[in-house]
Amino acid sequence: MTPILFDKAALIQGLYSILPELVVIATAIAVLLADLVLPERGKKSLCHLAIAGTAVAILATLSLGPGRIEGFSGMIVHDGTGLFITLTILVTALLTLLMATGYSEWEGTQKGEFYALLLFSTAGMLFMAKGTDLMTVFLGLETMSIPIYCLVGFHRNRMTSLEGALKYFLLGAFASGFLLYGIALIYSVTGTTKIPAIAGMIGDLRLFGNPVFMVGVGLLLVGFAFKVSLVPFHMWTPDAYQGAPTLVTAFMAAGVKAAAFAALLRVTLLTFPALGPVMTNILWVLAFLTMTVGNLSALLQDNVKRMLAYSSIAHAGYILVGFVAGDVAGGQAALFYLLVYAFMNLGAFGVIMLLAHREDDGYDIGNFKGIGFRYPVLGGLLTLFLVSLAGIPPTAGFIGKFYLFSAAVKNGYVGLAVLGVLNSAVSIYYYLRPVVYMYMLPAQAEVPVPRPPRTAFSLALCISAAAVLVLGIMPGSVLAFAERSILSLLM
Amino acid sequence: MTGVALLDQHLLSVLIALPMIGAGLLLFFPRGADGAIRTFTLLVTIAEFLLSLLVVARFDVATAGMQLVERAPWIPRYGISYIVGVDGISLWILMLTTFIMPITVLSTWSAVTKNVKEFMVFMLILETAMVGVFLATDLFLFYIFWELVLIPMYFLIGVWGGERRIYAAIKFFLYTFAGSVLMLVAIIALYFHHYAVTGVYTMDLMKLYELTIPVKLQLWLFAAFFLAFAFKVPMFPFHTWLPDAHVEAPTAGSVILAAVLLKMGTYGFLRFAMALFPVAAADWTPLIAVLAVVGILYGALVAMVQKDVKKLVAYSSVSHLGFVMLGLFALNLQGIEGAILQMVNHGISTGALFLIVGIIYERRHTRLISEFGGVAKVVPVFAVCFMIVTLSSIGVPGTNGFVGEFLILLGAFKVHKGFAVVAATGVIFAAVYMLWMFQRVMYGKITNEENLRLADMNGREVAYMLPLLLFILWIGVYPQPFLRRMDASVNAFVTRFEAKKQAALAGSPAGETMLVRYFDGQK
Repeated sequence: MTPILFDKAALIQGLYSILPELVVIATAIAVLLADLVLPERGKKSLCHLAIAGTAVAILATLSLGPGRIEGFSGMIVHDGTGLFITLTILVTALLTLLMATGYSEWEGTQKGEFYALLLFSTAGMLFMAKGTDLMTVFLGLETMSIPIYCLVGFHRNRMTSLEGALKYFLLGAFASGFLLYGIALIYSVTGTTKIPAIAGMIGDLRLFGNPVFMVGVGLLLVGFAFKVSLVPFHMWTPDAYQGAPTLVTAFMAAGVKAAAFAALLRVTLLTFPALGPVMTNILWVLAFLTMTVGNLSALLQDNVKRMLAYSSIAHAGYILVGFVAGDVAGGQAALFYLLVYAFMNLGAFGVIMLLAHREDDGYDIGNFKGIGFRYPVLGGLLTLFLVSLAGIPPTAGFIGKFYLFSAAVKNGYVGLAVLGVLNSAVSIYYYLRPVVYMYMLPAQAEVPVPRPPRTAFSLALCISAAAVLVLGIMPGSVLAFAERSILSLLM
Repeated sequence: MTGVALLDQHLLSVLIALPMIGAGLLLFFPRGADGAIRTFTLLVTIAEFLLSLLVVARFDVATAGMQLVERAPWIPRYGISYIVGVDGISLWILMLTTFIMPITVLSTWSAVTKNVKEFMVFMLILETAMVGVFLATDLFLFYIFWELVLIPMYFLIGVWGGERRIYAAIKFFLYTFAGSVLMLVAIIALYFHHYAVTGVYTMDLMKLYELTIPVKLQLWLFAAFFLAFAFKVPMFPFHTWLPDAHVEAPTAGSVILAAVLLKMGTYGFLRFAMALFPVAAADWTPLIAVLAVVGILYGALVAMVQKDVKKLVAYSSVSHLGFVMLGLFALNLQGIEGAILQMVNHGISTGALFLIVGIIYERRHTRLISEFGGVAKVVPVFAVCFMIVTLSSIGVPGTNGFVGEFLILLGAFKVHKGFAVVAATGVIFAAVYMLWMFQRVMYGKITNEENLRLADMNGREVAYMLPLLLFILWIGVYPQPFLRRMDASVNAFVTRFEAKKQAALAGSPAGETMLVRYFDGQK
């Protein structure tokens, strides 16, 4: 046995492979330190610092390129998928922080810890997305989740915020337990926690049908299902999403989804083909249930924020359709959709943040009456984002769904594709409801005046809107990028 | 010169883009500058119509295939392209669209007074989408335009409509959207089938035409396409959204809905469902013919008992579209040419009827037949226009409706006599409900004082009504220029349909389509 030597080159390569994470963490720490020294009225610049750090992290990610860089003896890898998801998560964080410039001011989240928690959680997401070892995935998951529990409960004085945080924390803790126990069981059979190594062993050791291993994989799946809120593991979602500060909701819906789905993608694409149709069938059922329950529940909501929370569940179901397809096309469609979802979801939440004045009942759909013509830009933007969420051309949401469902058809899951498009048809009803209120119902005596957006906030909305349209009309190059990313994962 | 040459090369793209560019420019108009906004929109739609005349001028009568084709790669990795073209099937429907738009815009001068800017923006977006639907020959592109039509129409009904406008708008959107999502799955399935057979990913309709699709797959795919188009036409019993949408929509919305949007369904059958899946289309013919005839009679009978003129016109649409469907599924030259002509005719006549209803509604704010009576004496110009349009809608010889319905019945009689005979009674019913309504509104004693003070049509109203009357008589008296430009394409369609049907049947095990074999055995 060779003695373990300190390998300087390997360490440098390892650090290089997590360059974006390092930048994000350094920024978070810098924000915390700056918070100590800055006077009260200078706290605004904390947000600017966080924005700058995230922008640098994006540049760092781009500088890494699409090539494969393994770090820390294969615990973490920067590859095509890593690149795509890292960019998705960092864009989500950037848009969130841009919106935070205004939001923090209104809601009093102008605190150093708010931005630091956001950044730490972002770092966790990045680790999770790039982890090729189940332990890294778990560490990433916890690093991501714990700050988010705090963020959900950030409005300490509001019961709903605390209730959401507690629910999310308790169920999240269970989910972590499930995930960890699943990893332990898998380790007990295979003797490793490296995903590619496990995948390679399934055939050799004839693990399919091995009860311990199968239970392990099942528990792993349950853990992920909690995080991306697949039905029936979605119970926490509506309350946590509604209770959380709206900005945090937007961030969670897009960011956590991207990170957890990326990790799930590594597991399923590598191991599930060897496990045969059983696992795919389970995913099929989960996808169907998630889409349907999410959409049907959203139909009944009168609170736009809660409606978007259920819609987020439904979207997890759509994305899972790509996993059922289980090939390059499916993975590519899922990656593309995660990016698209980040833009349309943050955009929609961003607009309703401006329109609603109070948390809780400010998001009642009745408050949206007649604002479409009064505030044409905001009305138009919200309509655009909702149309995209509903999957109507010529928006990115349509292209995303088109590729998800066509991946399903390609792999013979026509039934699931049919159920998917029927679900889209159902979802039209609730996505158009705010539009009805905004444009077709007479305004109330007093139309609430939207908050004047800061420049950065407007910029975030513009970026999202432009992305929704550009990815809807010229999606070619991003789709090709997503395909290359998935191919690099399978190599 | 180069500008002209460039326009010539990209004529169809310009037609698609022009209204959208107009809509974009409208955004820069200040809110409240209603006059300027209206004039600008009118000018854009007139320019669009003049450009589309260039399409007729460039159109080669002898060519059966697509003309003025433009293609550009769009998402090349997945075989999705921007391909547009026009042939004898789409030419007149395209012309109908560009022709009806300026008329409709002009009709809104006095009817639409709130949020004029948004109204006109939606009108122009709608025009781009409609023109796109009829010109796209790439399935993906077609689907994009197909869905794009829904959003502006949804707003037109929901914002500027009548009392139950929201219900009608949502119903319209949900029904037609639900119908078309399954078509999307069928498009995807067809796309992968083409790949499986040829190894090439393509959404190019002309390439997909060349494919011989197994019978069983055809039946499934046709079913999905059928649902999308049957909702749009709308065929009985998928028509329930139509009366609501028509009645609640503002006049301009009703006109476009009747004149163009319904034609998207019948056009879709011809261009996509029937052309791609001939065996399935032939297999379903008896069922579709029955539904068409039921639609003709049902629409007519329900129209007869309406109290509201607009609702009457709406139900008459169900009846007229039944004729079009019957003509299409006669699957011969006369039937299909008659159907295409009747699509145009229905657009002109029913569009005109909705305008007439709009004119009268603007003056009296009611559309109930019982509120009128004896109006003809008070408003003579209006009475003449109304009379001609009524006769055209009935299909009296000398008007456009006669030529279309006659050809359809001729075509249908050749293949299924029984259906043709029953359908012909629909013409009689049409005469009954239209003339009865006309009599109650226009003749008799003036029972309502208010009708004495009715103002006759003003110059603007005459200006937009005249072109419609002109075409009613032109097509009625001399339809040859219209039919001649369809001949080559429709002939090619019928030949290819039969050839493709035989090819698919030859390659399939017996018994997969019981109906076709049954009917072929009968011959």
